[in-house]
Amino acid sequence: MALARAAPTVSSGVLRAAFGEALVAAGIAFMLALPLAGLRLPINPMDSVIFRPWWVVVAVATVFLGRLGLALWRARVAPSRRNGVPLLDRALAYILPWRRGIFVAFVLLVAILPLMPFADRRVIDLGAVVLIYVMLGWGLNIVVGLAGLLDLGYVAFYAVGAYSYTLLIIHLDLNFWAALPLAGAFAALFGVLLGFPVLRLRGDYLAIVTLGFGEMIRIILINWSSLTGGSEGITSIPTPTLFGLTFTAVPAPGETAFHQFFGIPFAGVHRIIFLYYLILALALLTHVFSMRIRRLPVGRAWEALREDEIAARALGLNPVMVKLSAFGLGAMFAGFAGAFFATRQGFINPSSFTFIESAIILAIVVLGGMGSQMGVILAALLLVLLPEVARDFAEFRMLLFGGAMVAVMVWRPRGLLAHREPTATLGDLSRGREPAP
Amino acid sequence: MTVAVADVPAVPPDLLTVAHLSMRFGGLLAVDDLSFVARAGQITALIGPNGAGKTTVFNCITGFYRPTAGHIALERGDRSFDLDQLSGHRIARDAGVARTFQNIRLFPRMTVLENLLVAQHAKLMRASAFSLAGLLGLKGFREAEARAMSLAEDWLTRLGLVHVADRECGTLAYGIQRKIEIARAMCTEPCLLCLDEPAAGLNPRETAELSRLITSIRGEFGIGVLLIEHDMGLVMGISDRIVVLDHGACIAEGKPAEIRNNPAVIRAYLGEEDPRAGPGSTDAPGAGDGA
Repeated sequence: MALARAAPTVSSGVLRAAFGEALVAAGIAFMLALPLAGLRLPINPMDSVIFRPWWVVVAVATVFLGRLGLALWRARVAPSRRNGVPLLDRALAYILPWRRGIFVAFVLLVAILPLMPFADRRVIDLGAVVLIYVMLGWGLNIVVGLAGLLDLGYVAFYAVGAYSYTLLIIHLDLNFWAALPLAGAFAALFGVLLGFPVLRLRGDYLAIVTLGFGEMIRIILINWSSLTGGSEGITSIPTPTLFGLTFTAVPAPGETAFHQFFGIPFAGVHRIIFLYYLILALALLTHVFSMRIRRLPVGRAWEALREDEIAARALGLNPVMVKLSAFGLGAMFAGFAGAFFATRQGFINPSSFTFIESAIILAIVVLGGMGSQMGVILAALLLVLLPEVARDFAEFRMLLFGGAMVAVMVWRPRGLLAHREPTATLGDLSRGREPAP
Repeated sequence: MTVAVADVPAVPPDLLTVAHLSMRFGGLLAVDDLSFVARAGQITALIGPNGAGKTTVFNCITGFYRPTAGHIALERGDRSFDLDQLSGHRIARDAGVARTFQNIRLFPRMTVLENLLVAQHAKLMRASAFSLAGLLGLKGFREAEARAMSLAEDWLTRLGLVHVADRECGTLAYGIQRKIEIARAMCTEPCLLCLDEPAAGLNPRETAELSRLITSIRGEFGIGVLLIEHDMGLVMGISDRIVVLDHGACIAEGKPAEIRNNPAVIRAYLGEEDPRAGPGSTDAPGAGDGA
């Protein structure tokens, strides 16, 4: 009774259940924490393993108290909210009408980032990396989000773009602006080539084949040493020029450097800023293109095929053309991004194009909400910045990363932003007309 | 209700000719040497007990199955198509055969209007010059798209569904989804419309609306309608001709009045041995509203 008076809404039964739940959680935490936090491998392999009992105690106690608190909180507060719309959804519904404005403001913010006082070389570099992943996410969104073709080997097209760009630059002596579209075209060609054998596959079967294709490309790059330089890769890829202005301290004879033209002292960061704006422009191009193509017949056909291939065929859509166009265009943007990657790094080798890259890009699309352009931005920020921020947590970095992924999947199973905007509304046609009876 | 057919002065031309069609799945002969014709401007019903092979016939006509034997020909204007040789999407796009499905197959996460626009894909794709004119937003494409939208709007107005145009199909009531699927098929501007059990799951009022819709499609567009249906009231009320299937073979063919009294049909539906089974059973052809 005393207990009931102290906490009027928590009965002793609820309390007991909460204790039981917390004990189970603490047990699991103990089993996980013992090897993960309790044992530490010595730096010198001759020494014995270091045992840290207090780390285990702290971890188990945290989980126990946390779980107990969560269970009690749920018992008291949650029932009244359970039927309501989740907080995040309510917030999203509120900002949805402003999404265009938010997007423009966001782009402006991103555009002035390099001019900010806190923007040093590292921040701008990190920004460029995020933008590469945003662009790759938008490109893969065409294949996975719109056309519904689960592609686990997207990095292959990124690699094709990077290598074809580099080889064109080195062997044919093309400049960046000529090699960029060609790199995209090569990647698109590979996208179509991959598309042919997998036309009849869907879902997990398609995923396996694309996974294999991604690995094949990487292994070819390693073994075709005469062309690709093998696992050493290719080095000294020149930086693109801005209308003929180079970004070197001492330009070659007959060339003008950026700092000379504008009469400012040379700074290495100019090149970084230039590359930042270059990838920003490429990412925006990808965005504008996918937003437009979504509203065209081919874009609607992609979505129709994702929704129901049989019905799409019964309406006269040719599944072969629809799938190949999705594979080809998705791969083209990976090719552009690959070309940019090559020129930014200055060197490429096959280890930049491993399966984990495909997995990260796919995670960005799925986490963001399939087909959602804004979701890709959010997820790319999360997936690229979180490991950076988590660097301070040293060995728990990947644990934190995995935990964040699980949390998103538990609370937002359809992705962070799962909103889908219609590609056409009747309002476009009959605005202001009387509604039909 | 069948009197109207007698008033038609001349027999309209054959639109679809199915000749000696057979379809075998392993040891099962689902369709057995079936021949019939469907005419333009007429509603041809395909009826029969469950498992008689009606949907298999549909799947052969619309290219989802390649028939084991036989021939399916379609006359569209002055062109003729061998449907048994064409792939599914070309049957819909070039030959102009549109269909609906027994279990509704709308694109659930797309809006009603988008569903109706996807149905006009071929024509819009040409207008967008395979997306180039579309990407540039050229005038010719914008006009074609406006025409496609107004065709879709016409159909929604006709069905009284303009208010759901921008809703996702998956969120709509079953009866409304059925109607939208027919509208979507009609947006492909077909010459033959194949309806697979359009009245399944509809209440009597919705069924009455459906029968008005199908007859108005026949009257206004002059296209052929091929109808699979178990609701005998609907079939007897609107069909011009009925083909009865049992175990994959045609056991009777004729006007509703002839089918109603055909002993072979009654036997197929009700069985022979049981003398107590009378015309009171709801599934029997004789139990229609005209009986």
